[in-house]
Amino acid sequence: MEVNSLIKKDEGISFNLISRNKLDTLSSDEKLKFILNEVKKGKILVLEHGLTPMEQTSLIENTMREIEQDTFIGVEMEGYEQDNRTFFQKIFRIYKKPRITMIGPADLLKTVHKDNNIIQIRIIPGRGAK
Amino acid sequence: MGLFGKGSLAAILQKIFGKKHAKIGIYGPPNVGKTTLANRILRDWTGDIMGAVSEVPHETRRAKWKKDVKVENGNSHLTMDIVDTPGIATKVDFKEFMNVYGLSKDEAKTRAKEATEGVIEAIKWLEDIDGVLLVMDATQDPFTQVNVTILGNLEARNLPVLIAANKIDLEDSSPATLKSAFPQHPVIPISALTGYNSENLYSMMIKHFSKKHKKRWR
Repeated sequence: MEVNSLIKKDEGISFNLISRNKLDTLSSDEKLKFILNEVKKGKILVLEHGLTPMEQTSLIENTMREIEQDTFIGVEMEGYEQDNRTFFQKIFRIYKKPRITMIGPADLLKTVHKDNNIIQIRIIPGRGAK
Repeated sequence: MGLFGKGSLAAILQKIFGKKHAKIGIYGPPNVGKTTLANRILRDWTGDIMGAVSEVPHETRRAKWKKDVKVENGNSHLTMDIVDTPGIATKVDFKEFMNVYGLSKDEAKTRAKEATEGVIEAIKWLEDIDGVLLVMDATQDPFTQVNVTILGNLEARNLPVLIAANKIDLEDSSPATLKSAFPQHPVIPISALTGYNSENLYSMMIKHFSKKHKKRWR
């Protein structure tokens, strides 16, 4: 609480790198709730271990339910998709873990460019962590 | 034509190995031309249209569908229920409708509210379809999170997907970029507006969506 107040005063931007260990302790529902709560506070999250496509879809759905027109317009989310599975992984239905993902408030982040090797995201000037 | 003439053989093979009826969802981000494509398909095969189109994003805010659209190509055919879904987005900002498209504040807020409900409805429809025509704007960067998320979701469900690289009538379109971005899926360059290459799209739809797929739930 105290840290957030200091950030607001200095108009700094808060980046939180969330470890794979932390994410692995959460169920999908808990993970999505945690992410949306943090993003609604104005935090930018970098997930060491990204969301599965089904979790991403649920995050979009939950985000739509949480939109408040004057305070929260949604999320900006960028990451790399899962690598293609090998023949044996397909046979045994083993899914590779999704890769690193950045999620933040849509009024704070804007994706400038994304390709297979680089994701360029701009912080919208004049916005600070709430 | 004998018992195993071209026509009857194709019909027999389709009966044994393929589907004759499929529910196909038209998906994609806002403003890529989903309803324009739905209108094109319906106009070509039923003489009807699906709905209104607009340059303002989120024009389609409720899913619309048309049953029993029979698409033919030579001796093969597929009857489809076509579902035109609202555009999927990760954000909806009513101020964009006001500042960019000149809507009044009330209109913009109503549109934004309905758009969020539309996104939820589009996602819900994923549970009830047999295949997806994923529409992308061939003039835009293909690696958007919405495109990647929808494709990942469909792959996890093992649903067949055909990518329609739309707006190739525009000078700065690059369907080749889309093809190289998603090499694991068939990409058909089209102009839903002019109908360019729609015959090829229909042929691929019959071929691709007739295949039997076992849905997976994850």
